[in-house]
Amino acid sequence: MIEVKDLVKKYGGTTAVDHLSFTVAPGRITGFLGPNGAGKSTTMRLILGLDRPSGGTALIDGRLYHDLRDPLRHVGALLEAKAVHGGRTAFNHLLYLAQTQGVPKRRVSEVLDLVGLGAVARKRTKGFSLGMGQRLGIAAALLADPKILILDEPVNGLDPEGVVWIRELLKALAADGRTIFVSSHLMNEMAVTADHLIVIGRGQLQADMPVAQFIAQFSDSAVLVRTPQTAEFRAAAEQRGWSVTAAAEDGMLIVTNSTAPLIGELAAERGLVLHELTPQRASLEEAYMELTRESGEFTHHPSPPPPSPAPSSADALASGGLDGR
Amino acid sequence: MAASQGVLAPPVADGAGTGHSHFGRLLLAEWTKLRSVRSTYWSLIALIIVFPFFCWLFPYLTVANWKQATPTQQANLMLDPIGQVMAPGQYIGQLSIAVLGVMVSASEYSTGMIRSTLLASPHRVRMLAAKSVVFFLLVLVIGEVVSFVGFFIGRQTLKGLLTVNLNSGDIRQVAGGGLYLAMLGLFALVLGSLIRHVAGAITGIVALLLVVSGLISLIPGKAGKYLYTYEPTNAGFAIIAKHVPDNFLLSPWEGYGVFAAWTAALWILAAWLLVRRDA
Repeated sequence: MIEVKDLVKKYGGTTAVDHLSFTVAPGRITGFLGPNGAGKSTTMRLILGLDRPSGGTALIDGRLYHDLRDPLRHVGALLEAKAVHGGRTAFNHLLYLAQTQGVPKRRVSEVLDLVGLGAVARKRTKGFSLGMGQRLGIAAALLADPKILILDEPVNGLDPEGVVWIRELLKALAADGRTIFVSSHLMNEMAVTADHLIVIGRGQLQADMPVAQFIAQFSDSAVLVRTPQTAEFRAAAEQRGWSVTAAAEDGMLIVTNSTAPLIGELAAERGLVLHELTPQRASLEEAYMELTRESGEFTHHPSPPPPSPAPSSADALASGGLDGR
Repeated sequence: MAASQGVLAPPVADGAGTGHSHFGRLLLAEWTKLRSVRSTYWSLIALIIVFPFFCWLFPYLTVANWKQATPTQQANLMLDPIGQVMAPGQYIGQLSIAVLGVMVSASEYSTGMIRSTLLASPHRVRMLAAKSVVFFLLVLVIGEVVSFVGFFIGRQTLKGLLTVNLNSGDIRQVAGGGLYLAMLGLFALVLGSLIRHVAGAITGIVALLLVVSGLISLIPGKAGKYLYTYEPTNAGFAIIAKHVPDNFLLSPWEGYGVFAAWTAALWILAAWLLVRRDA
């Protein structure tokens, strides 16, 4: 169980983590999502006691990381940045960590075999590929058999096989009752891995809910309607309790919480002319991008949209869908 | 699933949570770190070769050129033969210990390994203490060995010219070689921890040892004497001298005490910053 309460981290004038509060429960995989620079790594470093918070607390099973006895037996962590001396062998890197925790030497060989690095255990790590480095980091996290795992972008640099391996590993660990807190900037990866999502942007909490709820809430189905009688259509649709948003182009409307057949029937009933009636479904990725667009640190600000041609229906839809929530 | 079986098999909890000495574990881990990188071996091998070599070279040249030597040079040797034998080896050999000391701490930052270390031992000051103890003791042992080997080689080389006896009072000079190197190693380790940058810290300590320590003696007057005496490495270096030079205001042991005090003060600063700074 990880409890983050009102956590703040300021670097000079910038606020990397801004009054963040959430709980990571055991027995499931909690995905920690946000664009680059959203504060994911910083939050993890604060939980792990590597950085000092400017305010608030992060507790692990009710205690500060600093106060854990043999911390690696409680929490295993993989950090995004490399944390290995390249001149040391994989075995010796894990050995010194094991020694600090009183973990026996043979466990080192065990975890190296587990992550598939058994053959290169005695090789110095400077020759390791990005993927091998990630595997070594995961080995270090699993070394003392912790109940909580905090993994910052674990699939970075892994080949597709490695990605599937991580996914299966995390699921097995969560099924075993462990707390898994894993960050990513890829929504699609999290959608297939995580059970619960915590989304942050600019260091602030954007969403904290089960994946299923996130999908239901943020990938609202919507229908694009083009009609010359916008005013009449809007009135009729709103009467039915549907939400109608004007799209960028004249005569184009986005209708949410309805369906194309219902809209078609309504138009027939009222004798309204429809030029277009297109059901849409935003992908989860689009919903997530929309949710965090305003908050990304390195957001590229698009120039104002040109008056013509028609804006892509996905853009129109995404804004419509989210405004309606 | 094959992958999960290994994970689920718990490690044997040897001494877990039984009040097993954590500091002992940290000492063991720091020893593992030290012996598992090549820089340790290269630096110590350099010391083991260089120190005795210069303890041989300078006495050899002195003997060979005795007739051309100035009366002052001759007098210096007669006055303090042990110091004359030890100083060249010490002066050159100290560089490898200074570099190694910096690497032991600063390389953790340059490689990012410090994060692994601090996750394993979040009590940062204890980690620094364990690192300091292990490194100090290692350099002390190796330093004493090379000092005595260097001394005996130098004494052997001078045999045709004069007999150097190792009286009980003179042991301080020879043993001082190892003491100085150990303290210097710790001083460099602390500097590396403060600067957190290998190249920067090495530049700093080499400049201190080779440039500042000598240059400072050119400052005239009383202030110059104070600065010269209390410069940490000059103060420590006095431990190998029989008689301190005129511009040195302390006894050899007092000088070593000043060096130790500098190191202790910087250690406390490093420990304080280690806790305060983000890793």
